Amino acid sequence: MSVPLLQTGGLTIRFGGVTAVDQVDFTLKEAELRCLIGPNGAGKSTFFKLLTGQLHPTEGHVHLRGQDISGARPHEIARLGVGIKTQVPNVFNAMTVQENLWIAARHKHTPAYATELTDQILSELRLTAIAHKEVGQLAHGQRQWVEIGTVLAGEPELILLDEPAAGMTHEEVERTAELIQDINRSRALVVVEHDMQFIKMIAKTVTVLHQGAVLIEDDVSRVLEDARVRDVYLGKGLAA
Amino acid sequence: MHLLNGMRGALIGAAIAAVAILTAPLYIDLFQIMQLTVFAAMAVLALSLGFIWGYGGILCFGQTSFFGLGAYAYAVAAINFGDSTPAIALAILVPVIFATLLGYFMIYGGISDVYLGVITLTVSLILFNLVNSTAGDFYKIGEARLGGFNGIPGVPTFNLPGDPSYILTPEQAWMVTGMALILVYLGLRVLIASSFGRIIVAIRENETRAALLGYDPRIYKLITFMIGGAIAGLAGALYVNWGAFVSPTIFALGLSAQIIIWVIIGGRGTLIGPVIGCLLLQWLVTEIGAQQAMDANFVLGAILIVFVLLVPKGIAPTLRDLAMSRLSRDTAPAPTADATAKVKT
Ligand SMILES: Nc1ncnc2c1ncn2[C@@H]1O[C@H](COP(=O)(O)OP(=O)(O)O)[C@@H](O)[C@H]1O
Ligand SMILES: [Mg+2]
Repeated sequence: MSVPLLQTGGLTIRFGGVTAVDQVDFTLKEAELRCLIGPNGAGKSTFFKLLTGQLHPTEGHVHLRGQDISGARPHEIARLGVGIKTQVPNVFNAMTVQENLWIAARHKHTPAYATELTDQILSELRLTAIAHKEVGQLAHGQRQWVEIGTVLAGEPELILLDEPAAGMTHEEVERTAELIQDINRSRALVVVEHDMQFIKMIAKTVTVLHQGAVLIEDDVSRVLEDARVRDVYLGKGLAA
Repeated sequence: MHLLNGMRGALIGAAIAAVAILTAPLYIDLFQIMQLTVFAAMAVLALSLGFIWGYGGILCFGQTSFFGLGAYAYAVAAINFGDSTPAIALAILVPVIFATLLGYFMIYGGISDVYLGVITLTVSLILFNLVNSTAGDFYKIGEARLGGFNGIPGVPTFNLPGDPSYILTPEQAWMVTGMALILVYLGLRVLIASSFGRIIVAIRENETRAALLGYDPRIYKLITFMIGGAIAGLAGALYVNWGAFVSPTIFALGLSAQIIIWVIIGGRGTLIGPVIGCLLLQWLVTEIGAQQAMDANFVLGAILIVFVLLVPKGIAPTLRDLAMSRLSRDTAPAPTADATAKVKT
């Protein structure tokens, strides 16, 4: 009977002739961890953009704790407690790592507490050593961590991570998996990832998108055994 | 505490500049004082664009709109009231109201950066034409005749606040103008070091990220634009006070272009840069004008090209980078280098 944290109904967006997201019904419970997978171009990033107000749906709706946010702007949705790490890192390049996180923390908190929270997250993410480096000069993997730190500093209740492990070393990928499980102790997440090893490390329930639509949604082990999912990933189903 | 630490250099510099301004009449003749006065008024104008473009990322091609409106508001009010104090207030207020309306329409209308440049430029040209066509007795605001292309002569200059019968001497007007420049500079430094300042820089760097963190980029940009309008309006009042005269050429294209050149050459993303660029180029143009050997516009254009190609960051950031690399070379393991790099002039 409880209202789900996030619910989409018939969510659809078309770009000219392309239906990038197609009639997606998606429900996420409070404090749930969901993995969203699918081949390149399946519509995962576009789905995230619809959830965060960066794009507005052609049809359908997005409800956050029962509130319709389909037409809301990105900053309004962020204020409702949704944080996102985008696929292409969105960071403040000319600013330092510390400043990136501080800006995020400052939205809810006083300057002094924002500084405290920033220091805390920097040390949790082991970024303290590069705290005063300009983000524009960091390697891709490090920029990913900075963006994750920035998202955490905003203290969202729902976190969307679009390919968080891309460009990371094996060791960094493991740390990312640990971090996600850690975050999930108190908060809900939706994680888009390509790396199946990574999915196996963190996933409970997996939703598979294919050509904008939900192909299957089930327990991770069953999804990975599913013939259709294998077809899609091997490219056989793409012509269909 | 932290704020003051970062500001120490600026405060010391401002104190030295203030002493220089206040003592200048002792060792410089009146002609040069007058010249410096208009330079300082223009430097305030340069700061207005240096702030909104360098920190807010808003490239306004028509900053003269606010400068000119401020100048006309001052002239009209000073003639009607016979007192400069409320006139200066109006010289700030009128451009701010105009910037609010224009900025709201552009920023909330979702107009892209390029179109914002085009629209602001067009608005300044419209104002030029509007004011240019106000010749004749019909165009009067109270006692003040707008005068069309002839402009408004004999504008009352600054008086002592509360005592309209005490008109400031040119030396005193210079001190007021110079101190206004310092105060605007310091005020902007404080603003930039504040949360608001950091947030507008973040929005300049990545508007999407700022919005995804909950900041509405539009309101921050609008406020930045309004502050720029206020400062340009103040510069307008200082300018009219210098010449006791204002005409529509204040809205003209040439000045709009010059302000942008000052900021580019002095250095975007700093405050001292636009001031340096403005003072240097005005001095240069005056020198060239005095010698009459070369065309000033030609020299300005040549300097701009040289800078864009060889010193793209502008004077102040390039000097800062040089000082920084020397600093980190002298003190081999330099843990403070990063910390100082953050302190932007
Ligand atoms: N702004 C856009 N205009 C046109 N087509 C787009 C746009 N954004 C995404 N698409 C298309 O939508 C589909 C889904 O893209 P995307 O969401 O990035 O996939 P994924 O993240 O799953 O790899 C692709 O076919 C892509 O080309
Ligand atoms: Mg994607």
